[in-house]
Amino acid sequence: MTAHHVTAALAQSIPVLEPATPAILVTPRPHDAVKGVTLNIRGLRKAFGSNQVLRGVDLRIPPGQFVAIVGRSGCGKSTLLRLIAGLDAYDGGSLEFEQDPASASVNVRVMFQEPRLLPWARVLSNVEVGLGAARKEHDASARAKAALAEVGLTDKVAQWPGVLSGGQKQRVALARALVSNPQVLAFDEPLGALDALTRITMQQLLERVWRDQGFTAILVTHDVAEAIALADRVIVLEEGRISLDLAIDLPRPRQRGSAEIAALEGEILDKLLG
Amino acid sequence: MSLTEALPRVRSLRLPKADAFISWILPLTILIVWQTASAAGFIPERVLPAPSDVAIAGWRLLQTGELAQNIWVSFWRAVTGFAIGGTIGFSLGLANGLSRLSERVTDTTLQMVRNVPHLAMIPLVILWFGIDEAAKLFLVALGVFFPIYLNTLHGIRTVDPQLIEMGRSYGMTGGELFRRVIFPGALPSIFVGLRFALGIMWLTLIVAETIAASSGIGYMAMQAREFMLVDVVILSILIYALLGKLADSISRLLERLTLSWHPSFQKH
Repeated sequence: MTAHHVTAALAQSIPVLEPATPAILVTPRPHDAVKGVTLNIRGLRKAFGSNQVLRGVDLRIPPGQFVAIVGRSGCGKSTLLRLIAGLDAYDGGSLEFEQDPASASVNVRVMFQEPRLLPWARVLSNVEVGLGAARKEHDASARAKAALAEVGLTDKVAQWPGVLSGGQKQRVALARALVSNPQVLAFDEPLGALDALTRITMQQLLERVWRDQGFTAILVTHDVAEAIALADRVIVLEEGRISLDLAIDLPRPRQRGSAEIAALEGEILDKLLG
Repeated sequence: MSLTEALPRVRSLRLPKADAFISWILPLTILIVWQTASAAGFIPERVLPAPSDVAIAGWRLLQTGELAQNIWVSFWRAVTGFAIGGTIGFSLGLANGLSRLSERVTDTTLQMVRNVPHLAMIPLVILWFGIDEAAKLFLVALGVFFPIYLNTLHGIRTVDPQLIEMGRSYGMTGGELFRRVIFPGALPSIFVGLRFALGIMWLTLIVAETIAASSGIGYMAMQAREFMLVDVVILSILIYALLGKLADSISRLLERLTLSWHPSFQKH
């Protein structure tokens, strides 16, 4: 709780955080940028041994929506994300992407809490990894450079990951996830290991690329304030089921620490704390 | 060779010239004290001849061609034995690191063999091969095999599973996953094995050559012992020290070239 208040206070008192990220204004996103894929989850179940982690999750996410999933640790939010990303197999229910044409495969990317960069590859080739099979094509390095420009790291192209700061590493990981132009981008507490100020700049960056690129964003976080600041919709997961599905109808960019945000935060925290 | 020697040393690379000189001050000082003490008669010549006498002995053997011949023979045995044992160890390390089946089939056997000191095989090896070249190559290869095998296996096993998951999620399979994630991740550990193996390579060769050989530096030292030529014995020991240092320097150079991404090898 206190940490959130400190974060909010910092955000208000230090308005000059912008230079850390490229000074590109947040503009309302044109609707044609939305990549048409609907995620449809019905009765999703997953167990690890005798431990039922997901006990029937129903969730429909329309194209281009920014959904945040919050909950106590162990509530199954990361598991849900891993199932959506195809990293693990589910035990029951269904998880489908609906799109036209239905036959095309859906490009889902994940960004983890750890940057997971290859320490022995320079920043540029780390981003090229994100191109998948297209990384051998002649324009691979141009596309990787464009993705790095998007996250404001043009000057770090030739660096080893080892010399970057935590925030910079996560931006490289974001560029790697973005470079293949994904339709769905899943974030597993990507800012969890960052300090308060870096978190805020990274949140602004995430919001900006989401608006620019129009992918469906699914963010797992334990930080309720972060969820409200970024998402169109906050889902609370409790004991493997959705216990609250709340639309956040606030204009963007959102004012940190405003009364509406505080009210929503109180509502969600009440639910979480029982 | 101790563990600390085998591990990459932080900030010890890219030494400026002055620092490189500093590391030679101690050996040079020992040499000067030794020469002075010998010249003054403190050290009996039959126990330890002066460095100058050792140098003269070296020059004498060089002129007869004996020295170059013996160094070449020893060097060839070391390199060939290392190549054979290293290749087998590396291949099995890869196979067992990547395939559970391969590990199940071979690992128990390998662990049993590993616990027999390879020098204990000398009597058997002499019975099998006599004092032929094959005897020395067999022993060196056997000695080199285990550190390379164990460290390659360990390196592959300890590659960060999160990186492997990342690679898979970005569509890397088989060969590419190995080339871009698993092998580079295992490389620091493989180099540790390489440096251990180099130490064992010289050790094995010295023992094998002093016990069962008709050429090589070890043989030269044993011959000299029979004729009470202490200077030649000392010369042989010094040559081993220099060859060992050379091998270590080469492996360090390789490390620096291939592990330039590693924090221990970056400029500060």
